[in-house]
Amino acid sequence: MIVELGHFALTLAFAVALFQAVVPLVGAGRGWVDWMRAAAPAALMQFLLTGFAFAALVNAFVSSDFSVRIVAENSNSQIPVLYRVSGTWGNHEGSMLLLVLILTLFGAMVAAFGRGLPLGLKARTLSVQSMIAAAFIGFILFTSNPFDRLVPAPLDGNDLNPLLQDIGLAIHPPFLYLGYVGLSMAFSFAVAALIEGKVDAAWARWVRPWTLLAWVMLTVGIALGSYWAYYELGWGGWWFWDPVENASFMPWLVAGALLHSAIVVEKRNALKAWTILLAILAFSLSLVGIFIVRSGVLTSVHAFANDPARGVFILAILGVTIVGSLTLYAWRAPGMRSEGLFQPVSREGGLILNNLLLAVAAAVVFTGTLAPLVREFFDGAKISVGAPFFDLAFTPFMVILIVAMPLGSLLPWKRGDLGRVMARLWWAAALALALGGVVWGVQTGGALLAPVGLALAAWLILGVIVEIGERIGLPRASLGTALGRLTRLPRADWGKFLAHGGLGLMVMGIAAVTAWEIEDIRLARPGDVIPLGGYEIHFDSVSEGQGPNYVYQRGHFTVTRDGEVVAVMEPEKRLYPVQNQPTTEAAIDMGLTRDLYLVLGDKQTNGEDWVVRAYLKPLVNWIWLGALAMAIGGAISLTDRRYRVGAAVRRRRAAPVAAE
Amino acid sequence: MRMIVFLLALLIAVPVAAPVHAVQPDEMLADPVLEARARAISKQVRCLVCRNESIDDSNAKLARDLRLLVRERLVAGDSDAEVFDYLVERYGEFVLLKPKFSAANALLWLAGPIALLLGLIAIVAYHRTRRPRAAANEAPLSTEEKRRLEDILNG
Repeated sequence: MIVELGHFALTLAFAVALFQAVVPLVGAGRGWVDWMRAAAPAALMQFLLTGFAFAALVNAFVSSDFSVRIVAENSNSQIPVLYRVSGTWGNHEGSMLLLVLILTLFGAMVAAFGRGLPLGLKARTLSVQSMIAAAFIGFILFTSNPFDRLVPAPLDGNDLNPLLQDIGLAIHPPFLYLGYVGLSMAFSFAVAALIEGKVDAAWARWVRPWTLLAWVMLTVGIALGSYWAYYELGWGGWWFWDPVENASFMPWLVAGALLHSAIVVEKRNALKAWTILLAILAFSLSLVGIFIVRSGVLTSVHAFANDPARGVFILAILGVTIVGSLTLYAWRAPGMRSEGLFQPVSREGGLILNNLLLAVAAAVVFTGTLAPLVREFFDGAKISVGAPFFDLAFTPFMVILIVAMPLGSLLPWKRGDLGRVMARLWWAAALALALGGVVWGVQTGGALLAPVGLALAAWLILGVIVEIGERIGLPRASLGTALGRLTRLPRADWGKFLAHGGLGLMVMGIAAVTAWEIEDIRLARPGDVIPLGGYEIHFDSVSEGQGPNYVYQRGHFTVTRDGEVVAVMEPEKRLYPVQNQPTTEAAIDMGLTRDLYLVLGDKQTNGEDWVVRAYLKPLVNWIWLGALAMAIGGAISLTDRRYRVGAAVRRRRAAPVAAE
Repeated sequence: MRMIVFLLALLIAVPVAAPVHAVQPDEMLADPVLEARARAISKQVRCLVCRNESIDDSNAKLARDLRLLVRERLVAGDSDAEVFDYLVERYGEFVLLKPKFSAANALLWLAGPIALLLGLIAIVAYHRTRRPRAAANEAPLSTEEKRRLEDILNG
């Protein structure tokens, strides 16, 4: 019954979405205030209805209602409650409903918190957002209904894919969706501005918090996916340039460019056309990503199994949205006058370079991801584009960007002098080069990756430190005054320092682990000792047992260094009987400077030996710590008072009282 | 401090090795140089029955067969390029994870540099068109205003 109510609620949401897509837009065009005012309550209504539908689906999963088809296909009475909840979005139909939930959530948030927005802009923005929501709710209702019943209902379900029965993977999709579906809000603001024909500093101020929120969520989502792959897939890989990973990475890059571009619009009233274009592109890439994952068009370890009819529907949504918005852009953007003047060497110039490099990097990823498809379409040739290509084609642009970042951050607005900026940064450059030199000299083999990577990361982090010094007036002011200023720095500044510094940490981790990882694979039996880079790994025993929905074989290892016990590690091999799927659970001894990573392989036919893979991964956790720092930096920026547009409204109301 | 020393000691004491994923001990060659080459090559060879994995990463049987084949060719004295050619001859370009630098793939490889170039040209052009407009918008300073500016700057 609840399932049917959920289905009905979703249908109502569809009707409200259609209403909201048309009425406020017409109202804004005609100046009918009542029609414009309809947008906010409609948005809230849409969210409540979709929320109810989603809750009904979650309820079906948690109560193991196997008369619902997707519950029977993706859940089982034996699996823990958490994975019954996450099973809701561990399949195509459920994840589409989650997507729509987030679309309506962002609409509702703008309706509720966007009190300072001018009525016309708010109405148009919510209308555009609702058009997207209506398209996707329609997609769900007509091709991917999560509420379909299965008659007769089976006694038990198929079980959730064991790989998905994991806390990291349970929360990875919601964050990811909050991210790249949240970018729809920036898109809606951009299209609304195009329809209005006006982009000004206030618009940029309103767009930024929503884009920043989406970007922070996307950062967390991507980092979670990467970390999950690291500890779950059994070989410590954390990025594969898989099409689905690229689908989330491209919007991240473009959203990063958008955030920085919006700063220029807000502060200098320039770069308007480019910012609008970036907002459109960011969400368009999200849509392309959704298409790639669900249409079955590209092979990937991630993709949902799907039929072509759904692919065609999404392609239609994609086509109308992208072609429509770009046509509107081509028509209206030339009419936007940018006023701020600036020299090429200035912060504006630096941000333009930043935009360009991020956009080109996204273009490289885009071309690489779609190339197999395009080649096959044109001349039938089947090619592969994998990690080796992306590493080679993508990295140079990031290198240029990192070199430019500390310089660009210190340049003043409007007109800057590179000489003066370099004068403040010379010691950071010198230290970074020195670090690179030391690493180059000390390591065996002549690989460039470690010295260059670490030097770049050091340059970036030291550049942030120089900038903090600048902001608190350090070389000139006394230490006391400077420290005082430190406590009074606006939160947006802290956000910037954390985010840029976080990127530096991440690059350091990537360089270190890629260049210096040690591995050891061998046959071993209980009693053997495996030496690994200063550690000794003692293979003690193997035990067997049973978990909630699996059976396991568990290895017991003691790791010592200089005779002292450092860790006890217990890697497992599991078998999930319902789907007859084996998985490996690596044992990881996590450390700030290194991870020890141990995997138990297959037992050999002689009955005694096991394959044991041992890895020492230096600085690997800095990758995710860096990503976390970036996300926290973004979150701190969000709490900056300057973004709470409502504050402006409150001051205006107070002023008449003061004037009396 | 100890951390740095430890890290440095790590670098000196242990040969730099590429990460190994699905390779089994019984596949590994005795000669470490050949084995290192085999792994480097494996990371660029696609597992044909998997979804976007290299034979170095995959646990599939075909991946194992290909890993053994690569090592076989290396032991027989093939150079890296010859091993790749051998595989392409048998399985097509699909087996290469890094696409060939051929005319058909030119657009793929050049997409980045071309995009960068076009972007730079667009920026320069945009900047050039704004200069005259900017100059037209700015009224020149009158002599009185110029004298006041001098005073402010110098006093």
